[in-house]
Amino acid sequence: MICFDNITKRYGEGHDALGNVNFELASGQMAFLTGHSGAGKSTLLKLIMLIERPTRGNVLIGGKNLAQVSASQIPYLRRQIGVVFQNHQLLFDRSVFDNVALPLQISGMPAKDQGRRVRAALDKVGLLHKEKSNPLALSGGEQQRVGIARAVVNKPAILLADEPTGNLDPKLSAEIMQLFQDFKSVGVSVLIATHDISLINSMNCPIMELSDGRLIRNDIEHVASAAMEPH
Amino acid sequence: MAKRNSAKVQGAKLSSAKVSGGKVSRVSTIDLLKAWWAHHKDSCSNSLLRLLSTPVQTFLTCLVIAIAIALPTGLFLSLQSAQQLGQGWQDSAQMSAFLERGAKPLAIEKLQASLEKNPSIKSIDVVSPAKALSEFQRYSGLGDVLLELDENPLPTVFIIQPVNTLDDTKQLSALQKTIEASPLIDTVQLDLGWLRRLHELLVLGERFVIALASLLSIGVLLIIGNTLRLAIENRREEIVVTKMVGGTNGFVRRPFLYTGLWYGIGGGLLSVVLLIVIGLWLADPINSLIGLYESEYSQGGLSVSAVAVLLLGSACLGWLGAWVAVARHLRQIEPT
Ligand SMILES: Nc1ncnc2c1ncn2[C@@H]1O[C@H](COP(=O)(O)OP(=O)(O)OP(=O)(O)O)[C@@H](O)[C@H]1O
Ligand SMILES: [Mg+2]
Repeated sequence: MICFDNITKRYGEGHDALGNVNFELASGQMAFLTGHSGAGKSTLLKLIMLIERPTRGNVLIGGKNLAQVSASQIPYLRRQIGVVFQNHQLLFDRSVFDNVALPLQISGMPAKDQGRRVRAALDKVGLLHKEKSNPLALSGGEQQRVGIARAVVNKPAILLADEPTGNLDPKLSAEIMQLFQDFKSVGVSVLIATHDISLINSMNCPIMELSDGRLIRNDIEHVASAAMEPH
Repeated sequence: MAKRNSAKVQGAKLSSAKVSGGKVSRVSTIDLLKAWWAHHKDSCSNSLLRLLSTPVQTFLTCLVIAIAIALPTGLFLSLQSAQQLGQGWQDSAQMSAFLERGAKPLAIEKLQASLEKNPSIKSIDVVSPAKALSEFQRYSGLGDVLLELDENPLPTVFIIQPVNTLDDTKQLSALQKTIEASPLIDTVQLDLGWLRRLHELLVLGERFVIALASLLSIGVLLIIGNTLRLAIENRREEIVVTKMVGGTNGFVRRPFLYTGLWYGIGGGLLSVVLLIVIGLWLADPINSLIGLYESEYSQGGLSVSAVAVLLLGSACLGWLGAWVAVARHLRQIEPT
């Protein structure tokens, strides 16, 4: 689903934020992206979202080479990708419901279908009873879950999360991870960037570790080659 | 625990929806058109509500726009009135045709008859030399001196009144030439000097108004552009999120374009109010001025069509100003 082919990303004249990164994440696969601060985790996610373009190499999403996606096509690509930001970026001038409905409104879904989808997504994160609240009136964890509901309401094929459990207590973090697992099990490719080692260790998921822009550990390949071995 | 279970069930639902729903997320063209229309309606009403939620600020911005629009429009309307008045004065333009001194009375009568057939001439008054002399004696104060003259030195004069439809100094000059062509006529006097000056003044005024209107239009564009720049800055977060979840530039742009449109319409309406108030205030002196000149001068205030043009123009200015701001600032706001 997501394929990085020898990606190098350099910001301006500085050093490489990512250097020769290769990996492939299949549909229905969930992986953690980890590494020290400044290792290039966010940069990698930005390349998938086409917030940044690679300096060298190709990114393929669902078989499509992003180099061929023009600026005017970027919005349509982003509609296939759900993102959860660390600073959840909810809009406080509208209700929880309207926050979650935003991607549907953008993609032009009829209003009557929107309601059903939004409630399904809110129900999934356990916040259906808060649909009319203003996000300001929610706790940090609740806001985080509204953000997740918004990321998945469009039923994206890919779910990206950058530090989704920052500032959350372990119990809440575990709950959110469980949500991601649920999406993985319905066929969504999930990629989560995080520092949280204990969280990573508590989950049975492949890990990719970046260090100074180099991919120094990639469990996905092990998983893939392990699957090959019996043959 | 129960919650966890329900989440699982939901997940299954989601999954089945997805399997059958490859189509669900692909929205049909009709739905897209409907959604596009719905977003236009939403943007239109929401941007108005947003403006009305800060009434004082909105009113002040509209007032600035209104003044910038009312000023050249008011000047233009006054200019039109002045032109009409000038027309009235031109109507009263007279020509004095001095005949050759030796002209025989019969020939004079013939000439008068033939001139009266000219469609450009309304009427002719004939002033005989004797009558002219007596009038001259009366008004010049040279009575006794003139009495000592052997013969009357004054020629016969035709006071010619052109028809009103000759509304142009050029046409008047042409008529003057035609009359002068007759061998019996010595010279034709037409005092066009002040008419020309008035005409030139009006042309100058017109240019001035056009220049002023252009400058103030640019001013309106800048006001709206700047107001929208602030509005865009205030909604930066929303724009970033919208672009992040797949909003196109058109989608992001729309509410701001409507905001500009509303500013334009608001400013236009307010300028109409300003013009009407000023018009009422000026009505009395204008009417007495008209009375003085006895001209058939139609009240040159705001007609319905003028109001329509004004509103349309200001709405266009608003929309354009919004485009300027949006084109400059919206592109710079991208997710990072
Ligand atoms: N817009 C940018 N312009 C220039 N350099 C950048 C930019 N964004 C990131 N970098 C640099 O690229 C490198 C990788 O940054 P990135 O944000 O991907 O790290 P990260 O792994 O997400 O770190 P953290 O865990 O602190 O979020 C860093 O050295 C950073 O300084
Ligand atoms: Mg980061």
